[in-house]
Amino acid sequence: MWNTVFPYILSGISVGGQYALIAIGYTMVYGILRLINFAHGDVFMVAGIIMVYMAASGVPLWLCIPLVLVLTALIGFVIERVAYKPLRSAPRMSAMISAIGVSYTLQNLVLYITGGLNQIYPTIPWISDSVTIFGATTKRVTIVTPFLTILLVVALVLLINHTKIGMAMRAVSRDFETSQLMGIKINSVISMTFVIGTFLAGVASILYFTNYTTVIQTSGAMPGLKAFVAAVFGGIGSIPGAVVGAFIIGIAENIIKGLDIILFKAGIIPGPVGLATFSDAFTFALLIIILAVKPTGLFGEKITDKV
Amino acid sequence: MAQASMLKVKDLKVNYGGIEALKGISFDVEQGQIVTLIGANGAGKSTTLRAISGLVKTASGAINFMGRDIIPFNAQQVVAEGIAMVPEGRRVFDNLTVKENLKIGAYLRKDKDEIESGIEDIYQRFPRLKEREWQLAGTLSGGEQQMLAVGRAMMARPKLLMMDEPSLGLAPLVVRDIFAIIRELKAEGITILLIEQNANAALRCADQAYVLETGRITMSGTGEALLADQRVRDAYLGSTAR
Repeated sequence: MWNTVFPYILSGISVGGQYALIAIGYTMVYGILRLINFAHGDVFMVAGIIMVYMAASGVPLWLCIPLVLVLTALIGFVIERVAYKPLRSAPRMSAMISAIGVSYTLQNLVLYITGGLNQIYPTIPWISDSVTIFGATTKRVTIVTPFLTILLVVALVLLINHTKIGMAMRAVSRDFETSQLMGIKINSVISMTFVIGTFLAGVASILYFTNYTTVIQTSGAMPGLKAFVAAVFGGIGSIPGAVVGAFIIGIAENIIKGLDIILFKAGIIPGPVGLATFSDAFTFALLIIILAVKPTGLFGEKITDKV
Repeated sequence: MAQASMLKVKDLKVNYGGIEALKGISFDVEQGQIVTLIGANGAGKSTTLRAISGLVKTASGAINFMGRDIIPFNAQQVVAEGIAMVPEGRRVFDNLTVKENLKIGAYLRKDKDEIESGIEDIYQRFPRLKEREWQLAGTLSGGEQQMLAVGRAMMARPKLLMMDEPSLGLAPLVVRDIFAIIRELKAEGITILLIEQNANAALRCADQAYVLETGRITMSGTGEALLADQRVRDAYLGSTAR
């Protein structure tokens, strides 16, 4: 029984870590701007495309990785300055629509560049190697992901709770105007938030596409949506919430993917009944249930509207 | 008065969504004084402070602080010039601890050691804040939050402290404390621009006072003079104030 379930849990933890890194970007931006950044999943996809083209043009992989992370963070910075900052005092819905616009712009830009063909993600040595753990064979990235995720989350939480810029981020997330009266440049703090969020999405893209090996213009949509659900599930605005939500969704989703085999081997069902197809549906059903039963999520604060 | 004016406001006009909130007001704040603007709700008192602090754009007029025109300055630059504000409704960061709220008041300062000793000074003035140092500011009572808001503004080491309705929504005993603090700050040489609906208490501690009515200054004089003025007594102090 354990031997059947374990590989699914393993890949669930790994995917959960990747969702977590993306979900932090959603939750941080929401926390500070009360904006759902619909373009976030597409930035994740663009990070994958940048890696493909950079590696293809002969840049050594050890250099590609830091460059991809820096460029992705830069894209996050530019998107905020171009598409959201001018709408700062506009109704919140305007920025939301702008985010949808950015999302489609990125997708179509990549469609234009790639011609809509699947791009093969470069094989990064070491993390792409096969390893066997407790009898399950997988890529090393599966093992690395959760540890790297936890490490980055701890670093981020330390940054937010124990540094001056982190204090400023918490202040700005609560009250723009009073933050300005303290001498805080809110635009710098907001940019910083986008840079951190997209940087983490860049890390996630390296881990995710190493596992899935191809990138296409719609590659960001599904992981982006899942990460968004994770952020809502954990309580949007809360970083620990997003991480816990992402791991739960990643694991649950992967167990459902293997449910046919697990139940069959346990002798509960006589043959495959196609339960795996419900793995995506599960995530979105969870979204509906959470919104209906506990809209503030697992760790969410009461939503107080800003004056 | 032989002292130089620290803050000079001249013909200041501010429009709010098509409405003229300030219709050209002029007043001076002398160094070391408490100057108060009194007036009813909607007279333009808060708008005046918000214009000085760079939170709202002015339509015309001049704001001169220590010889510099601060009209083009944004809020962050105004703080850097030495003007701190205790905002209306206190607006402490309820998700930050008491100590962090004080630290964030010193956001633009680089002198780490002096910031720490500054926090100790605030704790000496308000021992209650010391006791609650690690609590989230949202758990404090209204009076404690007001003290924190004052302490936070003091952490910027301002030359001019602007206070927007510091007594609003506080119990009478706490209001008395707040005005005692305002007098103490003045005694320590801090210049204060105070906005109040509690005209009685404000005029009692003010060196200079202005009455604001629907965007215009209609009267001015020393605090004592306005306190004795029959029109002020009828309009803002009620018949029982003697």
